[in-house]
Amino acid sequence: MSIRSLVRGGVFVAALMALPLLGFEHWVLNLMIFTLMYAAMSSAWNLVGGFAGYPSLGHAAFFGLGAYFVGLWFQHHAVVTGYEPFLVLPIAGLIAAVVGFPIAWIAMRTRADVFAIVTITLLFVAQTLAFNLDSLTGGAQGLAMPTPPFELARFEWPFYYAMLWILLASMGITYLSMRSKVGLSLDAIRADEDKALGVGVHVQGVKVLSFSISVALVAMAGGVWAYYETFTYPQFAFDPIITIGMVLMCFLGGRGTLWGPVIGAFILVPGQQYLAYRLGGSQFYLIAYAGVFLLIMLLMPRGILPTIADRVRRRRAIAASSEGPPPADASPPTAGPGSNVPVPSGGAA
Amino acid sequence: MTGSVHALIQGVVLGILTGGVYALMASGQTLIFGIMKVVNLAQGALVILAAYLSYTLFTSFGLDPLLTIPLTTVIMFGLGVVIQLVFLRPLKREDSAQLSLLVTFAVALLLEGFMSVVWKTTYRSTNTDYANSSWTFWGIQFTVVRVVAFVLSLVALGLLFLLLNRTKFGRAVRATVQNPMSAELLGVESKRVAALGFGLGAATAAAAGSVYGLLYPFNSGSHYDLISELLSIVVLGGLGSVGGAVIAALIVSTSSAVVATVFSPTWSSFTFFVILILVLLVRPQGLFGTVERGAL
Repeated sequence: MSIRSLVRGGVFVAALMALPLLGFEHWVLNLMIFTLMYAAMSSAWNLVGGFAGYPSLGHAAFFGLGAYFVGLWFQHHAVVTGYEPFLVLPIAGLIAAVVGFPIAWIAMRTRADVFAIVTITLLFVAQTLAFNLDSLTGGAQGLAMPTPPFELARFEWPFYYAMLWILLASMGITYLSMRSKVGLSLDAIRADEDKALGVGVHVQGVKVLSFSISVALVAMAGGVWAYYETFTYPQFAFDPIITIGMVLMCFLGGRGTLWGPVIGAFILVPGQQYLAYRLGGSQFYLIAYAGVFLLIMLLMPRGILPTIADRVRRRRAIAASSEGPPPADASPPTAGPGSNVPVPSGGAA
Repeated sequence: MTGSVHALIQGVVLGILTGGVYALMASGQTLIFGIMKVVNLAQGALVILAAYLSYTLFTSFGLDPLLTIPLTTVIMFGLGVVIQLVFLRPLKREDSAQLSLLVTFAVALLLEGFMSVVWKTTYRSTNTDYANSSWTFWGIQFTVVRVVAFVLSLVALGLLFLLLNRTKFGRAVRATVQNPMSAELLGVESKRVAALGFGLGAATAAAAGSVYGLLYPFNSGSHYDLISELLSIVVLGGLGSVGGAVIAALIVSTSSAVVATVFSPTWSSFTFFVILILVLLVRPQGLFGTVERGAL
């Protein structure tokens, strides 16, 4: 099992590391940057929303925080080699963690629904502040970043690898926490927080820690995004769609799993681009997006991976009881994740 | 000195008058939470939808937005029932509280998308001929629209109060809020109450929406501003407490108007968040909330 997951992880990393070298067109790399960004952020969201069971709707606030931090930093610092913005990303993450810590500490003393209320309010307050504090943020005019001085043929590479590193960090932290006491504590909190507290889990500490790490990762992705876009506007940096994207991908792939958010992102981001391309106007796109979300919530609330895992387990149980050779049944279900994706056409209600 | 006192009084007046509308919107939201334990993130979108409905009735048929409230109330009630039946009732899992939160968020986005397709994204406002007139007493300005809005909200809240306290349906609702299981044992059909209760919560958005359209320019994205304000109010009042929501609406709206007039409008939207955080620090169950069960 662990050999298998090692191979799976190795192939995944190697394939993504090699992808830019294969000479794809710019739009493919552009799409991949956004896919990796959402995969990283959805993985990070999973730490809080999936493992601890606290549905944060305010992660986009930290995405915007990271974006504006990098944007503001380079109002006062020059970009020479082009790689400086990537070097300040850890600071962006640290600031997000420092800002997120007290908020999580206060909001997580209450139940999950009040937590969701606080986080979504935080998102809109952050957006309004970005609009209103125009002497600092430029308000609705936005904030311009220096143009990245990379050669055109390899323009996307640095952003691609930056997003990839954030994704790998996110997945690595998820993997380590799943293998450690932290993961067990988070599981216990999601199952029954009062009982977890009763048996001696450091409930508050673990929750707040996972929130801080989670928003730090999201803020770093926001920083890369701001540099890649070169322009940061309040309505795009603090977009509720970013929050909903993270949540949706995590739900689609499977909450509380290592690969779920990644699978969700690899299905939804290209799907999203396709929808935007086919439907043109952003309004229909919003309807379709919300429609897909509702379909997933109603039809497959546990997500692809847990649903498949259940099916495999059931088949194995059947196979074991009817004396068939068990290893033969292990392979077919791995082929099927795509077939479980709801068709986006049923969007309008 | 007198200038700042004057501004303070003007802020308080403005806050109280606006608070009536917020009280109406928040009462619907807190009612839905009380009955179903669902934080309805679509409440803001429902208000904006109602604002568009009365805007269209006004611009296309010349009907006064205040007179069309009964009609929009019926429409919003029906829509609320449909949303509950289609999207919320099927959620039958142990973590349905978390799922319902996300489902209502998706419903909000769906409504936003629908509204931006139908009415585009340019800002609209319902400009009646009395929209800009005002009375002035002792140097304090009372806008006609705001006074009307305040009175109207009081009337709507009064009707809601009567419905909850003087009818059989209201009793069933209150019983469900207090203890769903006992209510069901005593013969309350909780599924029916949930559907009608969601409808009722959405119906309060109708009157609130008509008034909102008179007071502020709005577009399909305006529900984002509304929802964070409404949620802060509902948490301050105590989730599930209608009376608490009314008082909290007045408190939040007044303090935010005072901050806007005395300091700067920039920080007034931040007031909501500060109040929310303070409530959670000092009294997480809100002013009138109970720790265990909801209370009306």
